[in-house]
Amino acid sequence: MADRVGGGPLVLGFETSCDETGVGLVRGRTLLSDALATSVAEHERFGGVVPEIASRAHLEAMVPTVHRALAEAGVRAADVDAVAVTAGPGLTGALLVGLAAAKAYALALDVPLYGVNHLAAHVAVDELQHGRLAEPSMALLVSGGHSSLLLVPDLAREVRSLGRTIDDAAGEAFDKVARVLGLPFPGGPPIDRAAREGDPAAIEFPRGLTGPRDAPYDFSFSGLKTAVARWVEARQRAGEPVPVADVAASFQEAVADVLTRKAVRACRDAGVDHLVLGGGVAANSRLRALAEERCAAAGIVLRVPSPRLCTDNGAMVAALGSRLVEAGVAPSAPDVGADSSLPIDVVALS
Amino acid sequence: MLVLALDTATPTLVAGLARWSPGGAEVLAERALPSGTRHAELLTGAVTEVLRDAGVGLSAVAAVVTGLGPGPFTGLRVGVVTAAALADARGLPAVGVCSLDAVGSGARTVVTDARRREVYWAAYGPDGARSAGPGVARPEELAPAGPVVGDARFAERLGVEVTPAEVTTAGLLRAAAPQLADPSSAGPLVPLYLRRPDAVPPASFKPVTTA
Ligand SMILES: [Zn+2]
Repeated sequence: MADRVGGGPLVLGFETSCDETGVGLVRGRTLLSDALATSVAEHERFGGVVPEIASRAHLEAMVPTVHRALAEAGVRAADVDAVAVTAGPGLTGALLVGLAAAKAYALALDVPLYGVNHLAAHVAVDELQHGRLAEPSMALLVSGGHSSLLLVPDLAREVRSLGRTIDDAAGEAFDKVARVLGLPFPGGPPIDRAAREGDPAAIEFPRGLTGPRDAPYDFSFSGLKTAVARWVEARQRAGEPVPVADVAASFQEAVADVLTRKAVRACRDAGVDHLVLGGGVAANSRLRALAEERCAAAGIVLRVPSPRLCTDNGAMVAALGSRLVEAGVAPSAPDVGADSSLPIDVVALS
Repeated sequence: MLVLALDTATPTLVAGLARWSPGGAEVLAERALPSGTRHAELLTGAVTEVLRDAGVGLSAVAAVVTGLGPGPFTGLRVGVVTAAALADARGLPAVGVCSLDAVGSGARTVVTDARRREVYWAAYGPDGARSAGPGVARPEELAPAGPVVGDARFAERLGVEVTPAEVTTAGLLRAAAPQLADPSSAGPLVPLYLRRPDAVPPASFKPVTTA
């Protein structure tokens, strides 16, 4: 039944660039399933993702996650028209588990394989919820692994990097600040929760790279993270209580302010009137609210996938794969490999 | 029946196709590629080539055998997940074996490169059955009994002669024979890591600014 819903190719997508094993199925621009296994709990006590633990978990989860994706979608593996897989950027050992699995399924099912760019997939996933992307669009991708501002003239063939973080990813700053505040890993959700009770203007934390001579679209979160830690430690040394909610709200405000200010400026400078948010940090409630406010004021249409699709998943890879099939892009060569630092101008590996 | 065998536990990727029966195995096609760390790039291509050499399609294959290591983790997982995915997609039984069992034959000690100046090893009795291992050790600490086969670069540190030998399709099939004869006895495809992941939890709550 499900295989008659909507048109277009049935694409099986694999995502293993970090700690989520994602397998998703998409038909055309219709989301059929999005199965996920995560090793996040195994990394918690290390305060960050341990690559070897993530890779072992990917291998263990792979076939069961494929089964869940197929069952949820109500399709058979033999119905699949194409396979797509994240080829980079990401953790090499983790990427290779997904790549090898995807190549094997493509071979066994006798269908083409697309090794794709993880960041472009974060943009493509929005098409599953809000329809065809306007081109050109601007995309702001923020997660524990990346913080990028992209110009997307053609999602299947041309994506350009306008700016990126020069030190920590935004999500890393959330993790580190959470640790300083004694909140759990990953730091995004607990900071978002704590911040609801706090005053975003309580503490004036620095806004990195916002000076007149700074790179207009690059980000820096290392100074902010250090400033928060210094502020908290000064309180602790003085034997005073740390106002966790105010610190969380003020930190979150600084991150959301810089991200949205630069994204809106990029749209204005490039004459682009559509902005897509993606990545795990796009689930942050203050970032979403501030982006809505500023985009509305600037006449920019804001598109934000649901939080579940903002974080890493297999459906986003399938969504990009579907777009590539539709655009007639050639599949990847049989000896395609993974590239941990795959540049964004490579949407799909040839 | 036709059996596809894979191994990526060593720098030499192995893909082979054999006709197997309880009486023995006949290797029809084999690729042994010195692929180093490029297993993920080259493995499915090697599978395609052995099928072409044997003149059969994947639909003719009735079971998949894979080496479970021990071996360098990243490359090892490429072979294991490839076998698991191929078997799953085609609805075939997947059989995992210790990769060292597929190196050499008869009474021997097998050594392969475990990196970090260590070797993976296992010892086998006169009937060819594994009597000790698999383990990981510094070569100087091993006192191998009988002939040693495998990675000859460790001869000096072992203090004995090492006859070069690698994983073969025939060896994989031999090691898999009991499970191929009774597929219900095949265990899950869990790599023989033998080492815990490198991950040291932060010792204490360190201030960020003074670290
Ligand atoms: Zn991501």
